[in-house]
Amino acid sequence: MTPASHLLQQEIPLTWYLLLSAALFSLGVIGFLIKRNLITVFMSIELMLNAVNLSFVTFAHQWHMVKGQIFVFFVMMVAAAEAAVGLAIIIAVFRARTTLAVDRIDLMKL
Amino acid sequence: MLHEPSLSLPGFAPALPVCDGTMHLILFVLFAGLCLAGAINLLLQSHPINSALSLIVVMTSLAVLYLLLGAEFLAAAQVIVYAGAIMVLFTFVVMLLNAGREERTLGSRVARAVGFPAVVTILGVLATVILRAQGLGSASLHDGITSTEELSAVLFTKLLLPFEVTSVLILIAILGAVALARHGDGERMDGK
Repeated sequence: MTPASHLLQQEIPLTWYLLLSAALFSLGVIGFLIKRNLITVFMSIELMLNAVNLSFVTFAHQWHMVKGQIFVFFVMMVAAAEAAVGLAIIIAVFRARTTLAVDRIDLMKL
Repeated sequence: MLHEPSLSLPGFAPALPVCDGTMHLILFVLFAGLCLAGAINLLLQSHPINSALSLIVVMTSLAVLYLLLGAEFLAAAQVIVYAGAIMVLFTFVVMLLNAGREERTLGSRVARAVGFPAVVTILGVLATVILRAQGLGSASLHDGITSTEELSAVLFTKLLLPFEVTSVLILIAILGAVALARHGDGERMDGK
């Protein structure tokens, strides 16, 4: 293998994937803190779940474990259930308060 | 070193052309950039529907990254379940509730005093741990993909019980969603 072709055969270190995952997670936390709309706050939670899924897949690749990928599958199923229930709760809150601003939804009681 | 161009998918053929390393790099940089851009756009947009569309970009780019890591089933599931089902639900609710532009407020004092330092700390700790971690490998298109067959062989033998329990969870979630969304109607009917 010539040096030029060796340079072209470079691989992506898994560190980059993990750093991307950490950055996405932090952006999700920031979104959770700064967004003032209930639905967008919920979207930030989904973003955090996705970031964690990426690191699961990365480690599944690292250790050649299928179970890591299956865990991501379960996380997806839980996220689907969570989205269904969460959005139903948001609809119920909107019916009771006619607002989605988190500053005005400050009581647990509907 | 150069092979004959094969008829199968470029980059995923067993006999790979010499440029597959750069191919992986280009795909990673492109879709990681799209991921980050979408996530930042989610924070900057003030209308929820724009945030939802940015989140779809993030999730679809993540599906490509899963494919680069050899998780073909998860890439498909990511597009179908996340970018498809969950985000359709989100956009549907945004349109149903006619959510307008959000008003920017300063947020709570706790969020500013504790939240943002905590985010910086989390990111700092995570980045330090990841960068100092030894023995992390690397990914290339040579690695081969985890086939759906391999994945389902484990899922439907060793992990059959959790899989079945998940179906119960989904059923409960459907019932809960229906019960919660119908709640307002029921009360109004009782009141009349």
